[in-house]
Amino acid sequence: MTVDDRFARDFRETRDEEPLGTRNEIITGPVADWATDFSHLEPEWAADPYRIQDDLRQRCPIAHTDRFGGGWLPTRYEDVAAVAYDTERFSSRSIIMGNFRPPLDVAPIGGSPPISSDPPFHHDARKLLLPAFTKTAVARQEPATRAFCHALIDAFQGGDVVDAARDYAQHIPMRVIADMLGFPPEDGPRFREFVENTLEGVNLPPDERIARMTKLFDYLLAQVHDHLDNPREDLTTYLINAELYGHKLEADHVAGTMALLLIAGIDTTWSAIGASLWHLARNPADRERLVAEPGLLPTAMEEFLRAYAPVTMARLVKQDMHWHGADMKADDWILLSFPAANRDPAQFEQADDVVIDREVNRHAAFGLGIHRCVGSHLARMELRVALEVWLERIPEFSLDDPSGVTWSAGQIRGPRSLPLRIG
Amino acid sequence: MKLHIDSERCQGHGRCYDLAPDLFGDDDEGFGQVLGDGVVPADRVRDARLAVANCPERAIDLDEEN
Repeated sequence: MTVDDRFARDFRETRDEEPLGTRNEIITGPVADWATDFSHLEPEWAADPYRIQDDLRQRCPIAHTDRFGGGWLPTRYEDVAAVAYDTERFSSRSIIMGNFRPPLDVAPIGGSPPISSDPPFHHDARKLLLPAFTKTAVARQEPATRAFCHALIDAFQGGDVVDAARDYAQHIPMRVIADMLGFPPEDGPRFREFVENTLEGVNLPPDERIARMTKLFDYLLAQVHDHLDNPREDLTTYLINAELYGHKLEADHVAGTMALLLIAGIDTTWSAIGASLWHLARNPADRERLVAEPGLLPTAMEEFLRAYAPVTMARLVKQDMHWHGADMKADDWILLSFPAANRDPAQFEQADDVVIDREVNRHAAFGLGIHRCVGSHLARMELRVALEVWLERIPEFSLDDPSGVTWSAGQIRGPRSLPLRIG
Repeated sequence: MKLHIDSERCQGHGRCYDLAPDLFGDDDEGFGQVLGDGVVPADRVRDARLAVANCPERAIDLDEEN
């Protein structure tokens, strides 16, 4: 019997009581000029954002768009860092650039704390999560992660061609985060649906987007109820019992953080593993060197994270201002492209080359400032183990069909289909 | 030579304790800490410089005169 009043009501009831926020016209279709009409949701961006960003960095360097109700795209490392550090002028109350802006009064908590939170609340919500995600804490997941990677490769059963994104990369972070949250491991396919709805469904009509998000929160509520009835040692039970300022967390805070850990923990790492394997499949010299020198992997991995950083964030401008040459208006989006920062030649030598023994690599793949990815140590462990096991078991592989490789659109970029020929 | 971490800048990326685990450790929340008195042994200077150069937040200072 569930006796926690916080979770007696459906999340959709409590969420319906919230102020509506603002919606803008949805604009899709080919981009005329990336400097004045950019969109991270068009296929040209998904196929190769680097060429677009390199061009913009030389001629803008802060691009604008009227899509999504108006927004800006800084492409220099210096500008990306300045936005990330400036929580006074740029709010995190929404971090997915789309056609909906949540109302001002959701700040400083936001819908999925702490990623959606601003100071001072952010610090306290984040502090609750940090101990579970230290390097030491996530090391406890390593043996199970390694065994799971081996089991995925066993399941290939010696096939000549495998889809490394679909049959390997995606499953690893799904299983790890399901274990940490205490969700049934067989729910993986549903997680994929939640991830795609949240991050790739940005240009869907509002009713459809809301209906899809409702499915996620219905699922989370069912998990909360299961954990109330059967408390166990996992992050869900931890969040249900966690306290802030002498009180247990609000139901929306618990669910919002669960949603964050589930969504942000999956396709980011899935993308990083897939992009690394994609690179190695196309660059046999790098692949052979890593097979021969496994000790180089941690260094090479940082280079893959720099060159193929999967995550772009967003911010909302707080007030009208002239910023680094741009006339920004309150509620304009900033598309905060860590991938663009990571390829800025002013910050990195040979910025567009993948140099797997690059020793000095101050990349921003996990963000900069107070919102540094809370799961970065977990992501690094998963990426290292996934690549170690793959290279040990499958030292020889290549792209089977380059035209069969597809990349996700939107703020998280990685291969969604990656057919590799083994041997 | 002596290492110092600016705790106002450190965000817990952990590059220092990844790259130079005998010079840096982490606290209960993952923030970097200088081990011992921070004095860098002569044979660890390269690792110390590597950690400084890889900190995304530029939070590590290597005082060459101490």
